[in-house]
Amino acid sequence: MHPAPSVIVFTTFSGLGFGLLVFLGLGYPAVSGWSAFAFFMIAYLCAVGGLMASTFHLGRPERALKAFTQWRSSWLSREAWCAVAALLTMSLYAAALVFWDTRIAALGWIGAALSLSTVATTSMIYAQLKTVPRWHSPATPALFLACALAGGALLAGQVTWAIWLLSVAGAVQLAAWIIGDSAFTRSGTTMATATGLGSIGSVRAFEPPHTGTNYLLREFVHVVGRRHRTKLRIIAIGLMAIVPIACLLVPFSHWLAGLAVLSHVGGVLTARWLFFAEAEHVVGLYYGKR
Amino acid sequence: MTQLPAHTDKKLGLVIDLDTCVGCHACVISCKGWNTENYGAPLSDQDPYGAAPSGTFLNRVHSYEMQPDHGAAQLAHFPKSCLHCEDAPCVTVCPTGASYKRVEDGIVLVNESDCIGCGLCAWACPYGARELDAAEGVMKKCTLCVDRIYNENLAPEDREPACVRTCPAGARHFGDLGDPDSAVSQLVDRRGGMDLMPEQGTRPVNKYLPPRPKDRLHETDVLAPFLAPVAEDPKGFFAWLDKTLEKR
Repeated sequence: MHPAPSVIVFTTFSGLGFGLLVFLGLGYPAVSGWSAFAFFMIAYLCAVGGLMASTFHLGRPERALKAFTQWRSSWLSREAWCAVAALLTMSLYAAALVFWDTRIAALGWIGAALSLSTVATTSMIYAQLKTVPRWHSPATPALFLACALAGGALLAGQVTWAIWLLSVAGAVQLAAWIIGDSAFTRSGTTMATATGLGSIGSVRAFEPPHTGTNYLLREFVHVVGRRHRTKLRIIAIGLMAIVPIACLLVPFSHWLAGLAVLSHVGGVLTARWLFFAEAEHVVGLYYGKR
Repeated sequence: MTQLPAHTDKKLGLVIDLDTCVGCHACVISCKGWNTENYGAPLSDQDPYGAAPSGTFLNRVHSYEMQPDHGAAQLAHFPKSCLHCEDAPCVTVCPTGASYKRVEDGIVLVNESDCIGCGLCAWACPYGARELDAAEGVMKKCTLCVDRIYNENLAPEDREPACVRTCPAGARHFGDLGDPDSAVSQLVDRRGGMDLMPEQGTRPVNKYLPPRPKDRLHETDVLAPFLAPVAEDPKGFFAWLDKTLEKR
């Protein structure tokens, strides 16, 4: 799949933002007044910034509001509803904390649940696609939720939680790679099933439909990035989990905490780039490519 | 609505004969022509006369070579467009309701004024049947020439999809695949019509007829094994000719 920057930025930062909102909703850290304002500001910048970035890949962004209509069948529509509900609920909760120093616990819990649901619905947009076997797995929601919670704990300054959740996120990421590497083969879709010609002999793409490229090849067949996958995976897991955990294990300092956050974000961005670049769509088979 | 109908009155679709298709791409051209000038946004081209042309097509013809364990390879030309699936995954993923499957005839269509161009339906389609138009920013797909098949302004023989009407080899057939007595259904029965990627669970309406088995030529000549091999290193005049022709 084509690793579009808008979608990588969207999934990474909205994940972080909603992850932080989960912790703020649960009352960790217990902030009020200006410090609450700062925390909520960071969460909203990440979450809303990510959602804004996602509109850049739309062909007709001016019609984006229509995406709220099909929640009964479409995960993308459900995500839109969850995101708006989470942001509105948390804005009321935040207003009470910032202006009246009052924590409405129930509202925070609802907001936290909605924030977590938003991340889950985002991940289901990818996990539902049978056409991309690497994504069509429970590992995809597990990965998105683990990354969002780990990043949220890190931004919320919950050191103990962050260490555990970063370890979980790292482990889930490793598992997702291992499961994903054999997913295409396990899916059973081959050039033989794609063309139905396998009973005659081994099928080879002889001539493509056009001499040039097209939308399908640009969007679904991305071979370039996979060449360096091992190196990029090491970089991703190191930046995403190992460096931040190391920073948190030594005695606390704000500099190291800042470094942990930067490293984690860089790691998740790299991992998300790989998430798209490594994913192979079955349509590539019609072109003799993957 | 992007929920799929439980039942469609008809299952209009295509039957494509891979034995007969000669790979002339006439269906590609007639499809592009009709669908650029009629229903919906035109099918745009980018850099059409430049070094890297690219454009939107609703129908593309691939060519595949099948190599059996023994004997000569076989070639098949393979036109591919929307299969108007009964369990169309492209429809249910649509967040706006722009994609829908018609109850009356099972045709999968895009309401272009509702499409936000998110591309998710193209991601969900295993066949590459949907292409986002780079100029218009909306999703384009085969309409089964919905503006031809019911068009009373056209002569009756023209009321079929442009690709079927134009095929010079008679490799494309159009009809109701939900009716077991229709000509297309009987053709599918007779020739062992097949689904593409059945494991994806899309239940395509369009069917493909596999190439018929080829004759096998077992030996070129009964005397072939007794013929003397051609000289490997020529002498005399042929040696001179060989050397001279080697020089450029």
